[in-house]
Amino acid sequence: MEVARSVSLGWRRTRHIAEGEAEARPSNAGRPALGRYGTWPTCLAMLLAAACLGASAIDGFDFLDAETAERYQRLITEFRCPKCLNESIASSGAPIAVDLRRTVRRLMEEGAADDDIRDHLQERYGDFVLYDPPFKPSTWFLWFSPLILLVTVVFVFRRVARLGAVDEPAPEDLDRARRLLRDAD
Amino acid sequence: MNRAKLFVPATLFGVLVIVLYLGFTLRDPTLLPSALLDKPFPGFDLPVLAGAPGERATRDRLLGETRLVNVWATWCPTCLAEHGELMRIRAETGLSIVGISYKDDSRKARQWLAHYGDPYDFNVVDLDGDLGVDLGVYGAPETFLVDAEGIIRFKHVGDVNPGVWRDEFEPRIAALKGKDEVAENRL
Amino acid sequence: MIVELGHFATILALGIAAGLAVVGYLSATRRNWARSATVLAAAQLLAVASGFAALLYAFLTSDFSVLYVTENSNTALPWYYKLSAAWGGHEGSFLLWTLMLAAWTWAVSIAGRRVPAEIHGRVLGTLGLLNAGFLLFLLSVSSPFERLIGGPAEGSDLNPLLQDFGQIVHPPMLYLGYVGFAVAFAFAVAALLARRLDAVWARWTRPWANVAWAFLTVGIALGSWWAYYELGWGGWWFWDPVENASFMPWLAGTALIHSLAVTEKRGAFKSWTVFLAIAAFSLSLLGAFIVRSGVLTSVHAFAVDPERGLYLLAFVVLAVGGALTLYGLRAPAIRARAHYWGLSRELMLLCNNLVLVLALAVILIYTLYPLAYEAVTAGEKTSIGPPYYNRVFVPLALALAAVLAVMPVSRWRRTPVVLFRNIGVMLVIALALGVLLPLVLGGAIAIGAMLAVGLGLWIAMTHVTDFRRRRRSLTRSYLGMVIAHLGFAISVVGVGVTSEFSHAVDARMTIGDSVKLNDVEYRLNRVERVEGPNYTADRVEFTTDTGVALYPEKRHYPARNQVMTEAGIAPGFLGDLYITLGEQLPDGSWGVRINDKPLVRWVWLGALLMAFGGILAVTDARYRRLSRRQSLPSRAVSGEPAVT
Repeated sequence: MEVARSVSLGWRRTRHIAEGEAEARPSNAGRPALGRYGTWPTCLAMLLAAACLGASAIDGFDFLDAETAERYQRLITEFRCPKCLNESIASSGAPIAVDLRRTVRRLMEEGAADDDIRDHLQERYGDFVLYDPPFKPSTWFLWFSPLILLVTVVFVFRRVARLGAVDEPAPEDLDRARRLLRDAD
Repeated sequence: MNRAKLFVPATLFGVLVIVLYLGFTLRDPTLLPSALLDKPFPGFDLPVLAGAPGERATRDRLLGETRLVNVWATWCPTCLAEHGELMRIRAETGLSIVGISYKDDSRKARQWLAHYGDPYDFNVVDLDGDLGVDLGVYGAPETFLVDAEGIIRFKHVGDVNPGVWRDEFEPRIAALKGKDEVAENRL
Repeated sequence: MIVELGHFATILALGIAAGLAVVGYLSATRRNWARSATVLAAAQLLAVASGFAALLYAFLTSDFSVLYVTENSNTALPWYYKLSAAWGGHEGSFLLWTLMLAAWTWAVSIAGRRVPAEIHGRVLGTLGLLNAGFLLFLLSVSSPFERLIGGPAEGSDLNPLLQDFGQIVHPPMLYLGYVGFAVAFAFAVAALLARRLDAVWARWTRPWANVAWAFLTVGIALGSWWAYYELGWGGWWFWDPVENASFMPWLAGTALIHSLAVTEKRGAFKSWTVFLAIAAFSLSLLGAFIVRSGVLTSVHAFAVDPERGLYLLAFVVLAVGGALTLYGLRAPAIRARAHYWGLSRELMLLCNNLVLVLALAVILIYTLYPLAYEAVTAGEKTSIGPPYYNRVFVPLALALAAVLAVMPVSRWRRTPVVLFRNIGVMLVIALALGVLLPLVLGGAIAIGAMLAVGLGLWIAMTHVTDFRRRRRSLTRSYLGMVIAHLGFAISVVGVGVTSEFSHAVDARMTIGDSVKLNDVEYRLNRVERVEGPNYTADRVEFTTDTGVALYPEKRHYPARNQVMTEAGIAPGFLGDLYITLGEQLPDGSWGVRINDKPLVRWVWLGALLMAFGGILAVTDARYRRLSRRQSLPSRAVSGEPAVT
């Protein structure tokens, strides 16, 4: 039984697929600069084989103790389902997510540490599967940009709100001065 | 000076638009690059589809020549779409194609091959998808180009159609063949 | 025929919107055009509403010769889902978007009559121009009125996920918010064009910004609640790109309604406020592009189409780029001189704005990072998941809560130190309770929850104290503010507690089995087959030893051959019990996930209070006066120190 993917409604895609298959044309023909739309048949496969949202993602594994069960629950939320559009393997009902959950469980039973399990999946599916990629060159920007922004914000704050600059006239006085000036106008 | 500051938002917005435009035109968000490129094909020990009783195949059977390894299943409509092209490739180029019957009913798979033709040298049965996980497969069909040393050189996700064959596979296979010949001449 | 009339009405609406753009701008300088602009605004609403009504009619009568109806409906749907299916896909939801913009435009044309013509005309002109762009997009590349030659006898059905109360209310609320920011945007553009950016401008803009913000708040809360009960894994926020696309305008809008307060009361922050007014709607547009172009993979994606994406991007560039360029040319130059002493209220609101904008900037960067990374590395993919967002957002939200707790004692210009006396005592009490309550009731040390509870209580104490002090001279805008802030506190507590104290267990159960989670025993009593209007379901009955019954279902929708899980939820003010079914396993047992979610409803309850507070503030007497009086003398407030 197939479950169609997510909220996106597939009809338009299907129409493209039909065109693509009937003409069996090279991927990018007639779609200048939009290479990504050339491979519609892939999307058909995705559309039909992916059972992502709203399907079940519960395997009913039995764990000996609550701690292991909790570790398993935590681990499977860390990995992104390669098939679905932005879901963890914990919530995805796609067949590949089922396989990956089984893999995680198997590795746990073999005594792998969390990092071993992360490495295992990362080696096979790339950085894409890690929802929480470690601190490394490709994620430096993600760690530093909030800090840079924070420094910028603090700088702006200091410029705008010089705390304790009491030697300037109080705003009440300024107001009175302005009012006097205006009345004089 | 102060006036220039007011153009900061417009400038940042310009950068944003460039990122969006590049992202929008250059990529297919659903395609995932293989993490296994230029890495050895993972080891396996699996039953052979429609082989001798009890026959199993391991990674060693992939060595020796450049091959396509095609992950397919009878439940996958796109696999049917590409089947004719695989038949043509096999018939016209003689390239070795190895199949992985992925999470499929072996009886149905045999019927399929009897009905639509069999382009494969042999098929291994990956019933529960474990080899699929080792290969980073996330949906059928996927096709790997594996060289004579068993190193994965390229992976295509989706159907192998004439355009994909011509643009993606042929040049890479020609390059690999060239390298093999150079190696042989040296010996 | 009706559908063709609807299509025609929508084409007519495009013409009217273009006309409104021209007439609106003309009426800014020529008095006798003003009436025509108002008439055109009404005509535009009528035309778009006719188009939308025709689409609703096509859905109600299951007219499958209309492509969009075929894609999204089915004769077996109950009538209310047939109607809501009208915005179940891209085309129809965009028509709803234009309908709402037309409605806002009409409302502005009526309620804003007292605003001077030089502003009012330009506001209407800008809104007309925006809707003309949307309608052109709709009619050229995404028409819901497209016919099918020889349509099928049956439609392919609305996605079962969307066959839900959430689909009826969530998109309209969200769009009302998104599109509502167009009014603040138009006021900003008009004020820049007319060079009349003053405190009075802030007073005109404020009610519109508040109402749009309130709708967006409700829309986001409904979406979160819907995802929680419908998707079946008990999460209520995922940092999905599409959620971020709605959250970013919300953050900008929240900053805007606070910054407007400073601009209205003190004439300060003018450039900043007008920038936020432009930013809130720009981020709505950006969100529309992200959702509808499929540029980022999201679980909410509409069917993607390159033409649409490019059109929308071009539109975003024109609208936002134009507004920001105008901002650069016309906004009052920023002067660095400071006029805030000590812990004034201006300073509090400045902190609020900086924290919100910092959060917004980080979310924007994180959302687009995978895209930029892939473009730079030529195809490498990376994922940024909830842990990254939470590491930045949680501390910022807590900082915001701390600022908010101090705010009630602050005064404009300068806060007498004596007012701060009690606030430290309250902090000590609140933090002590914050540590104790989770420890005693939850039985675990959880820093995040303790801080959330502590700060939430602190906010409540300072606000209630201030409220008691002022209870003799309450204005509605003050009351609205207090309610909204208490709502924020409730949300913070809800988020903190439910994030740290939720429990889940997976089990394999057959009839008669029971499972224990967090001292509650759940027993699987029986399984029965039930028939819905367009599905069949296995319904499983669970009871707990505390006397609660839960009925999770596994539904099969034959029209699309889809299987959906329907969570069984026992809602409660103090927490939900939540059960989802997995597959029935070969041995006849069921995979079951049991969740215990304390205080999860506080997350949405708080959001609803925030929205209610925002609306209540708009009914304040001074805005009603504003609409009755001919026009405020523009110098009335601008006489205050011109500080930016």
